[in-house]
Amino acid sequence: MATRKSSKKPNVSADELKHYYREMLLIRRFEEKAGQLYGMGLIGGFCHLYIGQEAVVVGLEAAAEEGDKRITSYRDHGHMLACGMDPGGVMAELTGRTGGYSKGKGGSMHMFSKEKHFYGGHGIVGAQVPLGAGLAFADRYKDNGRVTFTYFGDGAANQGQVYETFNMAALWSLPVVFVIENNQYAMGTAQARSTSTKDIYHRGEAFGIPGEIVDGMNVLAVKEAGEKAVAHCRAGKGPYILEVKTYRYRGHSMSDPAKYRTREEVQKMREQHDPIEQVREMLLTGNHATEDDLKAIDKEIKDVVNKAADFSKDSPEPSVEELWTDIYA
Amino acid sequence: MATEILMPALSPTMEEGTLAKWLVKEGDTVNSGDILAEIETDKATMEFEAVDEGIVGKILIGEGTEGVKVNTPIAILVEEGESADDLPEPKSAPEDSGDKAARDTSEPAAAATEAAPAAPKVDQSPDWPADAQMKQQTVREALRDAMAEEMRSDEDVYLMGEEVAEYQGAYKVSQGLLDEFGARRVIDTPITEHGFAGIAVGSAMAGLRPIVEFMTFNFAMQAIDQIINSAAKTLYMSGGQMGCPIVFRGPNGAAARVAAQHSQDYAAWYMQIPGLKVAMPYSAADAKGLLKSAIRDPNPVIFLENEILYGRSFDVPQIDDLAIPFGKARIWREGSDVTIVSFGIGMQYALEAADKLAEDGISAEVIDLRTLRPMDTGAIINSVMKTNRLVTVEEGWPQGSVGSYISSVVMQEAFDYLDAPVINCTGKDVPMPYAANLEKLALVTTDEVIAAVKQVTYR
Repeated sequence: MATRKSSKKPNVSADELKHYYREMLLIRRFEEKAGQLYGMGLIGGFCHLYIGQEAVVVGLEAAAEEGDKRITSYRDHGHMLACGMDPGGVMAELTGRTGGYSKGKGGSMHMFSKEKHFYGGHGIVGAQVPLGAGLAFADRYKDNGRVTFTYFGDGAANQGQVYETFNMAALWSLPVVFVIENNQYAMGTAQARSTSTKDIYHRGEAFGIPGEIVDGMNVLAVKEAGEKAVAHCRAGKGPYILEVKTYRYRGHSMSDPAKYRTREEVQKMREQHDPIEQVREMLLTGNHATEDDLKAIDKEIKDVVNKAADFSKDSPEPSVEELWTDIYA
Repeated sequence: MATEILMPALSPTMEEGTLAKWLVKEGDTVNSGDILAEIETDKATMEFEAVDEGIVGKILIGEGTEGVKVNTPIAILVEEGESADDLPEPKSAPEDSGDKAARDTSEPAAAATEAAPAAPKVDQSPDWPADAQMKQQTVREALRDAMAEEMRSDEDVYLMGEEVAEYQGAYKVSQGLLDEFGARRVIDTPITEHGFAGIAVGSAMAGLRPIVEFMTFNFAMQAIDQIINSAAKTLYMSGGQMGCPIVFRGPNGAAARVAAQHSQDYAAWYMQIPGLKVAMPYSAADAKGLLKSAIRDPNPVIFLENEILYGRSFDVPQIDDLAIPFGKARIWREGSDVTIVSFGIGMQYALEAADKLAEDGISAEVIDLRTLRPMDTGAIINSVMKTNRLVTVEEGWPQGSVGSYISSVVMQEAFDYLDAPVINCTGKDVPMPYAANLEKLALVTTDEVIAAVKQVTYR
């Protein structure tokens, strides 16, 4: 199947475009702020930033309906913001404070929201894939018409449990969209050095799962593909694979020396394929917004992120009693 | 307003680094994402990016400077028309959160080692009414009845595993369930433990109450990441938001002549994990009552059965709802000279030994723990306060055994009551051999339990 190209004249409203612009910008500014707080020592441990991949979650969230579920790996800040979780609660979890989504006990990699149907935030590469199929299993058991977005990376795509899951998801026609966020590097190992095939979605064919490649730097292409995948699942036809080609600008985690790729490669992606710049261009050239309009959005987002950062610093550390709670329900 | 650029922490453990190279100079305009400098940590040379936009007003730390502490101001960023001197008074360095964390944890640690009261209160109420009618049932039938009863009362309970449906269970524990509940709720899986355990855990996070049968617990090692990292830890990691009500059950420990890879007791492994509950019943009544409680429990439960016990018959009370609580040991036999503590198939050796010891005039109290997490250590302490001697019995290996944990608890909480060192009777510290004579030697035996009791009673 061919890569989806953005059509020259997208059939999309100004409000929609502005929404995508705002959502993607929120993720980017949030992540930049997280990087800054990490540098200041306010965030510790592992912190995996989503910068560059924003169009993936924003596009797919645009294809989701209320009640649909999502689950992902440890690079999860973008997914949480895109599904409507509060930036302050997410940032406060990064700083390990009581106002965080897990009361400071989960950290960057482990957050959940029942209200937003966000099921984490999982730190073991690939483990979220059977879990995501399990969420879909529950929906099918209850026959409630819901769909689960199960995100994983090109690195996780080499875990055996992914294929155990593909088999059962196809066998049992589970309503799950497997989203392979292919950012081309599994930590520091380029896809060509770790993966026997160029396109990973092909592997679904062995299990009878249809799939396609999506331009993950183009939010409209992602949304369109997402709608098709969701319709397939909701029609009871079983799982669908979207291999979304994307790119992470920052290191794998904060302590990544980035020796496995050149600065020029990163720069080229930023200059030629940036997902936010693409929407910005569409807004301006389509006369959907003026520079001033966009500046106003920038400022609005900056305020939201600054507020989240302030909250994450002001929220107290969890009380010592919290060490001993939430072990058993 | 002018802002300080601080020496960043570029890894989880970095405290200081070398400012290797500046890639900007004073007067340069920078945008967020531009590389400002190269910084050497103990592991690598890293690029340091700008977060804010502005003009580099002043460079405070020259390139080549070693040992620059994290959070030291290294440059000043100004806005158009400002000078570096506009900076307000320098901020004080943030407090060292590492020290603070260490201080905060000291309190509960102290609380945990607090001495237990002299005589712990334990629940020794009967599990069922004394006048309940009893019926002989095998452990296998009792387990099936428990599942069937819970599936009848809760539509969200389902059974999943290899050969649980059409084959009627590899060990016939799920016999008849497919007929009664249908293929939607009694689900044959492919041979793919890691995958189906993960799917079951995911479904539990979404509100179902799966029972996962492992054909044997040996195969659950394929799935142990999902059991521990996903099922046991999610409630804590989510700050109490998202739990995992699930039962993992199946035969555990040695069967007969199936050699090393199919003959391991996992009691001590799972007992170690906070977030899991662990049951290992001996009798049919306990198997039924504990499994019913396990299925209703909002937490992940490891339910360790035994192939040899499946066919054993015991009295099972015929009451409407036999649910036995976790964390409550059962005293099978009262005695005054020594306490023998066991669980699961170990009870067979413990009870046999007690019978034979009685012939020699030694009165043994035999306690069946029934659940290992939570563990009714109070019942053990109470008994040791009476008998002053303790022998533990299990089939698992000696190093890091259930018995060694019990020994440490008794040492800490009832040291003054002990008249002899605690002895742990365990399986031998070898992989299970196939040869019949060697297999017998590798398992714990009744004679070893008798010898241990004689040793602690100085007979």
